[in-house]
Amino acid sequence: MSDSPIAVEEHGPELRHHFETVEQQRNAASLGMWLFLGTEIMFFGGMFCAYLIYRMNYFNEFAAGSRSLDVWLGTINTMVLICSSLTVALGVRAAQMGKRTLLVILLLTTIIFGFAFLGIKGIEWYDKYKEHHIPGTSFSADDLVRDYPQIHIDQSHEQLYFSLYFAMTGLHALHMVIGVGIFAFLTFHAWKGRYTPNYYTPVEIGGLYWHFVDIVWIYLFPLLYLIDRRPLG
Amino acid sequence: MFDSFPLWPARASTGAGNVDALYIFLVLIASFMSVAIFTMIVIFALRYRRRRGIEAEQIEGSTALEITWSVLPLGIFMIIFAWGAVIYFKERTPPRGATEVYVVAKQWMWKLEHEEGQREINELHVPVGRDVKLIMTSQDVIHSFYIPAFRIKQDVLPGRYTTLWFRATKPGIYHLFCAEYCGTQHSGMIGQIVVMEPTQYEAWLSGGMATGSLASNGQNIFQQLGCPTCHRSDVQGRGPNLVGVFGKPVLLEDGRTVIADENYVRESILSPSAKVVSGFKPIMPVFQGLVSEEQLNALVAYVKSLSPPPGAAGVKPREPKE
Amino acid sequence: MATAAITAEREHYLNKDYGIRSWLLTTDHKRIALLYLASITFFFFIGGFFALLIRLELLTPAGDLVQADTYNKLFTMHGMVMVFFFLIPSIPAVLGNFLVPMMIGAKDLAFPRINLLSWYLYIIAGIMMLHCIVTGGADTGWTFYTPFSTAFSNTKVVEAGLAIFVAGFSSILTGLNFVVTIHRMRAPGMTWSRLPLFIWAHYATSIIQLLGTPVLAITLVLVVFERVFHLGIFDPTRGGDPLLFQHLFWFYSHPAVYIMILPSMGVVTEIIPCFSRKRIFGYHAVALSSIAIAVFGFLVWAHHMFVAGISLYSALIFSILSYLVAIPSAIKVFNWTATLYKGSITFSTPMLYAFGFIGLFTMGGLTGLFLAALGIDVHVTDTYFVVAHFHYIMVGGAVMGYLGGMHFWWPKISGRLYPEWLGKFAALIVFLGFNLTFFPQFILGYLGMPRRYWQYPPEFQVLNVLSTAGSTILAVGYVLPMVYFLWSMRYGRIADDNPWGAAGLEWKTSSPPPTYNFEETPEVTWEAYNYDQIPAPVEVSVER
Repeated sequence: MSDSPIAVEEHGPELRHHFETVEQQRNAASLGMWLFLGTEIMFFGGMFCAYLIYRMNYFNEFAAGSRSLDVWLGTINTMVLICSSLTVALGVRAAQMGKRTLLVILLLTTIIFGFAFLGIKGIEWYDKYKEHHIPGTSFSADDLVRDYPQIHIDQSHEQLYFSLYFAMTGLHALHMVIGVGIFAFLTFHAWKGRYTPNYYTPVEIGGLYWHFVDIVWIYLFPLLYLIDRRPLG
Repeated sequence: MFDSFPLWPARASTGAGNVDALYIFLVLIASFMSVAIFTMIVIFALRYRRRRGIEAEQIEGSTALEITWSVLPLGIFMIIFAWGAVIYFKERTPPRGATEVYVVAKQWMWKLEHEEGQREINELHVPVGRDVKLIMTSQDVIHSFYIPAFRIKQDVLPGRYTTLWFRATKPGIYHLFCAEYCGTQHSGMIGQIVVMEPTQYEAWLSGGMATGSLASNGQNIFQQLGCPTCHRSDVQGRGPNLVGVFGKPVLLEDGRTVIADENYVRESILSPSAKVVSGFKPIMPVFQGLVSEEQLNALVAYVKSLSPPPGAAGVKPREPKE
Repeated sequence: MATAAITAEREHYLNKDYGIRSWLLTTDHKRIALLYLASITFFFFIGGFFALLIRLELLTPAGDLVQADTYNKLFTMHGMVMVFFFLIPSIPAVLGNFLVPMMIGAKDLAFPRINLLSWYLYIIAGIMMLHCIVTGGADTGWTFYTPFSTAFSNTKVVEAGLAIFVAGFSSILTGLNFVVTIHRMRAPGMTWSRLPLFIWAHYATSIIQLLGTPVLAITLVLVVFERVFHLGIFDPTRGGDPLLFQHLFWFYSHPAVYIMILPSMGVVTEIIPCFSRKRIFGYHAVALSSIAIAVFGFLVWAHHMFVAGISLYSALIFSILSYLVAIPSAIKVFNWTATLYKGSITFSTPMLYAFGFIGLFTMGGLTGLFLAALGIDVHVTDTYFVVAHFHYIMVGGAVMGYLGGMHFWWPKISGRLYPEWLGKFAALIVFLGFNLTFFPQFILGYLGMPRRYWQYPPEFQVLNVLSTAGSTILAVGYVLPMVYFLWSMRYGRIADDNPWGAAGLEWKTSSPPPTYNFEETPEVTWEAYNYDQIPAPVEVSVER
């Protein structure tokens, strides 16, 4: 990583004046986003830590709670996010190649995938609401007690599972909403022609953020949905 | 205001002297290091104060010095660590055969119950020269049982037992403080430890209105709650036989082995599915909310009494009533 | 008498634009630093006011000044305000913001708009905290231990937690800005080994801010959820574990203390070479020790939990690691002392603060060895011994470093000189007041006086009276600089570019600097602390 200024004869309007070169600006933005994602890992990490400890101690309740989630909806959501990461990566490439229309289409598709994810998540949460699995005063795991007579379910431990389920998927969904907002911003500016092969840094770092949110889900899905899916004897 | 102006706390337990010894060693080291640094700074500041015509000498550094003043302090620190660890280890390991006192902390008072059944509030009477082990839990928030004169402290938690032990050496009255902030009257949650000569202690013990020993209370509660229905001691019942269980390893359904200590007994009553004994079904009812902390203490004491006391081979444990 | 007005209207960052919009919408790191200076000073006095009330109450053994509940709120809000709204931002947000770009030869930080956002987040958090205070405040202690904070306290726990959450975001963004700036925006020739150690210290601090603060954020979020939705993550009656809270909380809050002290160490490392006219002894050792403190600092959190109910073996591990983290700090103290050897020393106000820092930080740090010793900690944890220990480091260390830095860089920031004799006088008052306030607390702690006690047994009174007396002296010492710094902005002697004859790129530009810091991007061909090449100033300090 060179530190000496590269003589630049001309620079686009995007170069902020405290930077010497466009390359320096892009590298700074990229490093900044990676560091920010590092902080996000630590942020989610605290909850993953709590999850791991309680899952170890209350495995049965966690397994029962996990089974009550719709694994098909979760799988569809996982595919939706993976596809959205594809459109994001293709979008960065489109920006690199100066293909404005393609870029706009890909960004819009990403947003649509994002909404699809959020919509499906909304359906899942509504299901949980109907089943009285939302923590709080109206929480009840009687249905799980009935469905799994071979294990003893302590309802306060079961509520812990769902508390963590909602906290983790809720925090993830919040990040998705922010991601959709970021991509709306990117789509608007892409449509205005702001991103060129010389300057597409916002698309790149917006893409990094989206990939991160995707990866968090890749961890959440097995941890929350796939705890114990062995066929019941 | 100037009547009693102590600068050093009373020393009234076998452990206190050890703690003081390490403390004095640390005070000496800290004083020595502080004085050394201060002196060097003062000497250098005066000796090398700016004078006309005399330039500062540019010195890069010295790897040898860096290593020396890293390794030497490290060595001293390891000594301090080891010394402190030994004291801590002894403090955390109650001796066998210690007299047990159950403590329940609540906002904002200490409730204590001796094995023999004596109950005290905010006061603990103990005899000189006897090992005393406190088995403590909280009814609400985290508190901390602190006796400065014995140099011991232990947080008291809701939902589990923590323990503390000491052997008092000097008769007298010593402060008991709550040392973990617990709300409005945290600073009012204080009391006294009354250390008495053994004969006086016996007199005190028999003078009070004892309502039966803790273990016999526990036996009554055991029967009232219907526990003998499953926990039989004559034939194998639906629950494990509790005779001889306390203090021994227990094999659980999931393959783990745990020691049946106070926390295990307590958890088995409040949340029986957490640790199911191997070979048994998880059918024990949950008693969370149905027993108070004091009743739990009594039940624990009863289950304990069904095993021979440690180091007392040949002593027949209490016979469980049917 | 020096003239009040700056005669030749050379343009610099202060007079470039006028008007409130030019300040509230600025992206100039130097102006943002001043915005922070005003804000953190405000919160310092709020926190200090609570401290005075606490010390007044403790003049007598009985609880006779305020009610118990009020007292509990006083120490809670004192802690929250001082930690999150003063100590954590102080040096990084004021001196760091001002100096980091200049010291590396850059025109600004990497993300100037995010820098401004940082300040606005701090202000929003500050307003939330003030609202919390005036509507009753929280009474959980700044440590929020559960289940008291989640299920028993009936005070403004949620508001306080959310305010700190927002302040944490501000802290994270500042750290992010510094790391990217230091990596990507150094001037040509400014290699890592030529960086001022102030930069190394801020780099290490920023790493801690980035990695640690998010954990506090999620912990506070969980506490808020638990309180609002009655969950049970930390409540044993609902299947949770109160110790989990403590682990999560201290995982941030221990590294946080290194966020509070490392920048101060960076300041001291700039002052001592300047007023000894020689390079720092052991540059690489000091640089690496900053990184070592940041790394080891993440490994010792459970030394706050030795009596909390953790296992014997955990306690052993955390105790031994706590001794390891002390070594890099000791290395710094030795290197500072060695720098004085064969120097050419003058006793300016910044130098006095640096000496004070070394003395008091050494004492505070040595008492940390007491606390890391398991057998001793059992007796003194949760007593005034701990209170004295951390105040020696936070106040005797961090605040003195902050004041020393403010005096050292004041000419650069304002273009004016403060009155030197007043500076020295205030430094002395602070030093004396501080020791009288906090030394008796070591004795009180070993005697057994617990923390957070509204009332106490009478035999502790004499020491408490001494401590309160000291605190009033200390308060005077803190008010003085505020007064004379403000005074100097209008009436102080005009400062030239480098009144101290100091090394460092910031001294190569005018006082105050132009908005873009340098007329031309500097090219660095010399090592840091090149005092062999810089002549000492004729007058080190200018008397009024």
